[in-house]
Amino acid sequence: MRCLQVSNQDLEERIPSYEELEKLENEEAGDRPKWDNKAQYMLTIVGFCVGLGNVWRFPYLCQSHGGGAFMIPFLILLVLEGVPLLHLEFAIGQRLRKGSVGVWSAIHPYLTGIGIGSMCVSFLVSLYYNTIMAWVMWYFFNSFQETLPWSQCPVNANMTGLVSECERSSPVDYYWYRETLNTTPDIDNTGGLQWWMVLCHVSAWALLFICISRGIETTGKAVYITSTLPYAVLTIFLIRGLTLKGSLNGVKFLFTPDMNELMNPTTWLDAGAQVFYSFSLAFGGLLSFSSYNSVHNNCEQDAVIISIVNGATAVYAATVIYTIIGFRATEKFDDCISGNILTLLNTFDLPEGNVTENNYDQVLHSLNGTYPEVIQGLNLKTCDLNSFLSEGVEGTGLAFIVFTEAITKMPVSPVWSVLFFIMLFCLGLSSMFGNIEGVLVPLQDLGVFPKSWPKEAIAGTTCVLCCLVGLIFVQGSGNYWLSLFDSYGGSIPLLIIAFCEMVGVVYLYGIDRFNDDIEFMIGHKPNLFWQITWRFVSPAIMFVIFVFYFITKVQETPMYKAWNPESENFPTLEEKEYPSWIFAIIFILAGIPGLSVPLTAIYKCLRNRCCKKDNEFKQDDLNTIAKQPLKLTLIDTLL
Amino acid sequence: MLVWILFLLCQVGAPALAQDLCQRDAPNGYKVRISLKTALGEDAYEWNQSEMFFFQATMAFAMRRHFQMETYNVDNIILCVQTSRVSFWFVVTSPDNTTMLIPKADVEKAVRMSRHRINNAFLLSDRTLEFLGIYPTLAAPVNPDTPPWLIVFGVVIGAVCVGIIALLISSLLQKRRKEKGMTEDGQDEEDMQVKGVENGINLDGTYNRGFTDDDRFTKL
Repeated sequence: MRCLQVSNQDLEERIPSYEELEKLENEEAGDRPKWDNKAQYMLTIVGFCVGLGNVWRFPYLCQSHGGGAFMIPFLILLVLEGVPLLHLEFAIGQRLRKGSVGVWSAIHPYLTGIGIGSMCVSFLVSLYYNTIMAWVMWYFFNSFQETLPWSQCPVNANMTGLVSECERSSPVDYYWYRETLNTTPDIDNTGGLQWWMVLCHVSAWALLFICISRGIETTGKAVYITSTLPYAVLTIFLIRGLTLKGSLNGVKFLFTPDMNELMNPTTWLDAGAQVFYSFSLAFGGLLSFSSYNSVHNNCEQDAVIISIVNGATAVYAATVIYTIIGFRATEKFDDCISGNILTLLNTFDLPEGNVTENNYDQVLHSLNGTYPEVIQGLNLKTCDLNSFLSEGVEGTGLAFIVFTEAITKMPVSPVWSVLFFIMLFCLGLSSMFGNIEGVLVPLQDLGVFPKSWPKEAIAGTTCVLCCLVGLIFVQGSGNYWLSLFDSYGGSIPLLIIAFCEMVGVVYLYGIDRFNDDIEFMIGHKPNLFWQITWRFVSPAIMFVIFVFYFITKVQETPMYKAWNPESENFPTLEEKEYPSWIFAIIFILAGIPGLSVPLTAIYKCLRNRCCKKDNEFKQDDLNTIAKQPLKLTLIDTLL
Repeated sequence: MLVWILFLLCQVGAPALAQDLCQRDAPNGYKVRISLKTALGEDAYEWNQSEMFFFQATMAFAMRRHFQMETYNVDNIILCVQTSRVSFWFVVTSPDNTTMLIPKADVEKAVRMSRHRINNAFLLSDRTLEFLGIYPTLAAPVNPDTPPWLIVFGVVIGAVCVGIIALLISSLLQKRRKEKGMTEDGQDEEDMQVKGVENGINLDGTYNRGFTDDDRFTKL
């Protein structure tokens, strides 16, 4: 496919040659950090890929897109999109042995924009991701009490009843929206900084700083705990969950296949997007981590193993989550029915035990026949198990509202609460390692910090800066800003960057050279599967997902869901439109990382043009000077 | 004869009068609802006339406890409208004049004062022994001096600070050790680096240490 490759001059001068790589490998010279052992590397990558999305995004997608049937598009796209992209990032990082900016500027100076885009996206994501860590820490701190604070409504000021906002919604909702976030009714009101959240925010960044202060020297030790603990906790929850009543209802609800969903294009799009984001591709972190490997590490095997682990973890976590959700839904359903039964008994003065769950429908029907007006006046609630099962099971709503409610109904709640939030914290922290790596290493490559500064100082400065900027998210309106950043900063730019990565490696670096590199590193050329997916299939899938995402986002008016106690449908969240100045922010979030690719290319091109003449002159001089001593010494030896 | 007829009328009339005083939705009466099976499950006792008598006795006790001067008796508590739900209405008559009812507000105060004792007498709770119209007072919230979360936060932040200080100290020590090491074997390292690069050509031969100046500084 030589005709499709763009000519890339001077590539050999920018990348280490095979001889240099062998020398690095054998003599272990060079100042680049290295992994202590393969286990550290694998655990770090697994930790980066397995994050909060596996726990609270995948189960929701699975259940809403036809349960068991969702596995089919998920697995297909995992194989066609996830694994090839993963292998590509691992291989190119291992070969070129630099961070994201270094790798792309080595491949071609005009492609430096891809590295800068990765850095920007990693930075934006790090900002809001650590705020979620702060929320997790707040709940963790509050779990060390006998009665969990979100299990009951507080009493109001004059002790006559419960707080009205809590009574109308529920204790968990009130605790999340009022006592944790203290959220404002709309994004225009900032609400000021919430001091308790600021404390948690600072402690989250401080904890992160300790773990990343010396790069992989410290992260490599931390991942032994942060990557393995979630699996242990998930297993404990699985055992506990399966012994609770109603857990199997949840698992059945999750996995019941609905094959009609496969006809729906949104299912395939969501599966593709989930695979893509779940693998943390295009953040630059994977490239960095792979560059610390030994040259002959088998990156192909690693890519396959990581993909399998990531997919399996998603399914495992979904099962565990849904056993607990099934338990909660069954409890709520039972409470609903009992409430209705009590109302009937009280109104008609029937003896207790006359109306049970089994004969409830019969009795209601017969009473409705004889006293229809009375029954109407009672306003009995409709109890539907399926509606309880599909309540709020995505994102922060799952972790902080639904799951916390389920925990309050379990015996020995504080223990389960502590375990759950430790697990969430570890999942998030291990992902943060990768995000921060994608920020720190490009900053070092670009030379933003003076060379004399030690690693700790660079990490410290970055953490302090991110902490200060992240204070946006601990205001009253912080929750709305976070979902804004999540929808626009962490979605579209990544798709653009990943697409450019593939095209850059396959067509600018050269797929033939890439194949030779892999043969040098692992001993055999990549087989036909990799060739087809790298050249056509994966870029095509990326392109399709990007186009559809872009069209959907551009067409819809951006809305957000607000917690407004004064709204009519309270406690349902109120859908509001973003104010017009938000569009500038959206443009910055989505546009700058995405546009950095072409803009940097244009900038470099212009700089090259205007300084081209000087460069040519200097190059000629060097050539003439360099050639001369060679002639002299040859003559010397002959003589 | 007339006296005997009058006496008979009184005997019959009194309960009838009592019935007039106590009726459904009586202005000075309260409805009581008892949920035995919910409270006690398998150990639920049967609600019969003896239990009703016990209730009258408990209410008389509550009235005595509140008013303290007047001696209420079981006869002063009149019950009516019993259902199989186990719910009934009751009114309280004054001990001095059996035709006069004690106002609702006073009865409420008496019940509120002795609510805990009444509940315990029947092994029930505020939720399972309901006086419709008398709402249970809410438990005062327990406000610890330091919120417990601050304690845990303090522990975590303390550990983090210790970690940061340990980190900085260890990196300072490492730096000092490196500098010390550099000055001691600085000479050896210089010799090692010279690997035969002369005039731009790499001579990959073994370096003969015989030609190095080992004793650059003569030892005394």
